[in-house]
Amino acid sequence: MENILEMKKINKQFFGVKALDNVDFSVKRGEVHILIGENGAGKSTLMKILSGAYHMDSGTIKFDGEELHISNPHYIQNKGISIIYQEFNLIPEMSIAENIFLGREPKKKTGLIDWKKMREETKDLLNKLELDVDPKTIVKTLSVAQQQFVEIAKALSFGAKLIIMDEPSATLTPKEIERLFLVIKELKEHNVSIIYISHHLDEVFQIGDSLTVLRDGKLVNSLSVTSTNKNEIIKMMVGRELKNTYPKRSSKPGKTLLEIKNLSKKNVLKDIEFTLHEGEILGVAGLVGSGRTEMARAIFGADSKDSGEITLNGNDLKINSPKDSIKNKIGLLPEDRKRQGVVLGMSVKSNISLASLERVIKRILINGKLEQQKVGHYFDILKIKAPNQDVLIQSLSGGNQQKVVLAKWLFTDCDIFIFDEPTRGIDVGAKYEIYQLMNKLTDHGKAIIMISSEMPEIIGMSDNVIVMHNGEITGKFKREELTQEKIMTSAAGEVN
Amino acid sequence: MGATKNSLEKRGFFDKLNNSYYKPEIYAAIGLFGLSIILSFASEYFLTANNIINLFRQVSLNAIIACGMTFVILTGGIDLSVGSIVAVTGTFIAGFIKSGMPIPLSILIGLAIGIGFGVINGLIVAYTNIPAIIVTLASMSMARGTALLYSNGYPISGMPAIFKEFGRGYIGPIPNPVYIMIGIVIFSGIVLTKSKFGRHVYALGGNEETVRLSGINVKKIKMMVYVISGTLSALSGLILCSRLGSGQPLSGDGWELDAIAAVVVGGTSIAGGRGTIIGTLIGAFVIGVLNNGLNLLNVSPYLQLVVKGIVIIGAVFVRAGFAKEK
Ligand SMILES: Nc1ncnc2c1ncn2[C@@H]1O[C@H](COP(=O)(O)OP(=O)(O)OP(=O)(O)O)[C@@H](O)[C@H]1O
Ligand SMILES: [Mg+2]
Repeated sequence: MENILEMKKINKQFFGVKALDNVDFSVKRGEVHILIGENGAGKSTLMKILSGAYHMDSGTIKFDGEELHISNPHYIQNKGISIIYQEFNLIPEMSIAENIFLGREPKKKTGLIDWKKMREETKDLLNKLELDVDPKTIVKTLSVAQQQFVEIAKALSFGAKLIIMDEPSATLTPKEIERLFLVIKELKEHNVSIIYISHHLDEVFQIGDSLTVLRDGKLVNSLSVTSTNKNEIIKMMVGRELKNTYPKRSSKPGKTLLEIKNLSKKNVLKDIEFTLHEGEILGVAGLVGSGRTEMARAIFGADSKDSGEITLNGNDLKINSPKDSIKNKIGLLPEDRKRQGVVLGMSVKSNISLASLERVIKRILINGKLEQQKVGHYFDILKIKAPNQDVLIQSLSGGNQQKVVLAKWLFTDCDIFIFDEPTRGIDVGAKYEIYQLMNKLTDHGKAIIMISSEMPEIIGMSDNVIVMHNGEITGKFKREELTQEKIMTSAAGEVN
Repeated sequence: MGATKNSLEKRGFFDKLNNSYYKPEIYAAIGLFGLSIILSFASEYFLTANNIINLFRQVSLNAIIACGMTFVILTGGIDLSVGSIVAVTGTFIAGFIKSGMPIPLSILIGLAIGIGFGVINGLIVAYTNIPAIIVTLASMSMARGTALLYSNGYPISGMPAIFKEFGRGYIGPIPNPVYIMIGIVIFSGIVLTKSKFGRHVYALGGNEETVRLSGINVKKIKMMVYVISGTLSALSGLILCSRLGSGQPLSGDGWELDAIAAVVVGGTSIAGGRGTIIGTLIGAFVIGVLNNGLNLLNVSPYLQLVVKGIVIIGAVFVRAGFAKEK
């Protein structure tokens, strides 16, 4: 098979830091090529160069037999390359159809937009992806997973020859990932090439044909998937072997910390009840849309609720806003990093200290040194890859931004952490470190509610698990009795 | 100077200015410097002590208002009512004094009325979904109308000398309002960069939802920035009234534009989240030097407006060009 894409000797620096160092990368026609590497390895940067979002310092790019002189994203779309970014680029206030056809809306003879045609074509695309929503739906009301599919639909609508997916599965549930894989296979049959970035190694073997590993901006290896295995890939990625995926849970749940009773909200949540103990990790499983995030937000006070009693250490709590919640030392790491977790225009430091400025204030003013030092502690333990704390968070790789948001919540020194998809976009090595950190927190008597769509993570780390379906708890399991099947049946709505 | 510039260039001068070293006020400073040099050649009067002192006095009121405007714009808002608040404050203070009320009390109540408009702006912006531009457009009209109603449209003059002294006087060679400006600039700068509230202001302009989920009272912050803007506008109204020795219901007309121009030329992003007080001060001087210089050169006032417009667009354009990811 011939190469549809050949990138040669690509170099890119940011402020003297080499993000890409002489990288060669090529993709064959009609193959799924996996691009893999640690957080900050340069994967997204390489793809952004290809898409015209960044300019390379040097190097050559050949696509479909022709040398490309990429000047802007439009140029590249017309050549037949579509990219789905790690941080979505949809316009939240517009409808699905408007987003998909932005800038190339079908026109009637009169020159006016042909809304009917636009909606029909959108509907066709959505049907292909089995996404059952109205094309007129405003994007910001969609779940993260649904938005992901809208992005894919948009790429499909361009009739691309090469589609780049930057961590598409990070936001999808197993079932949705299956659907995505079917779409990818179909695209392959139509000779479309896919570049697929992921931190999920299993996916490499499920859909990958070839594999390229980057580390610290350098090419480690490019090989066919059949000629390698998981351990070898990890070794190429992190430069050493990783024995376990999950550290041993060391603490045991102690006395009751938080009790939730009768938590309800019309059409969203129904009679949620559970208890959380000191030193416990309570896993929350379920499909996207099962109400897990909504439950977290209702407890945290981010959204209103119709009824519900929350008791902390036996005392009734009135929580009407995130402020009330944080005052009672309950923190929430939100699911949508870009929209709810970070302030992109601020430095890493200011992002980490944002929720706990009292802790860096001396008399009445923020003490720069104190802030630097206290934030530095979390910067170090999470091994955030950035030149220093003062760079803007938007210059960090996706996984490293996630670490910043984690650092921010750890810095609040809450007793109860609600983590909504805490390891989203984080590489295998760093995941292990975050699990260790969670163990350490629980060793100190803190408790964690961990919402996760990754079944192995739920099973590997939780002391107890609740499973949700349609806003209700459909299953509660102890660690000993936990199996993948039990979670799946509960998540499908069968009450256990 | 030459040497430092070269070494910066080697490491990518604009790269440095861009991302983590994003310092838009540098462009404004370079612009101000260039403008001053040109004017010092064009008019021999420009660099005289007299003119410089005059320039500082002219700039001081706009700079004070622009400080308040910076808070508002950093949160992603805008305040169009500042000029009218200047008028309403001055008119009431003059009216009260004329009616025989003790001067301190007149000042206090007059300021309170001006600040009241800021409070109204803040309440409506924070607790409703009405965009700031509409809210403050309405209060701009209401404040102006109130001033005109109260004064029947005529200036209220005949202020006692002691009152006029405050706005007209000097300490050493420097006019009083300049000290006030310096005080306000330093205070605002410290609040924005060093206080918890200041951090929240920046964050709010960057991402409101993140701020709310961080346990911060977003409504309170929004409310506060309009109160600050109203307060500083009222203060300017007091200074102006004292300097003119009269309360003029038509004063402060169009000042919102100069204040916004100062903020934007000084590098603050109109979308919020980024900017500095020092930038705003430089911006206010760019506008002030432009006004002053064009006057010295006898450029017609109509043409002055055109030039000012070009400078504003030019400043923002240059910055936007450099601030893009390369
Ligand atoms: N706009 C930018 N400004 C400065 N540095 C940047 C910028 N974009 C990326 N970098 C740096 O380049 C390096 C590579 O980042 P990149 O986003 O390509 O990583 P990645 O492999 O996609 O990681 P992740 O798995 O976390 O998404 C990182 O060190 C990052 O901080
Ligand atoms: Mg990335």
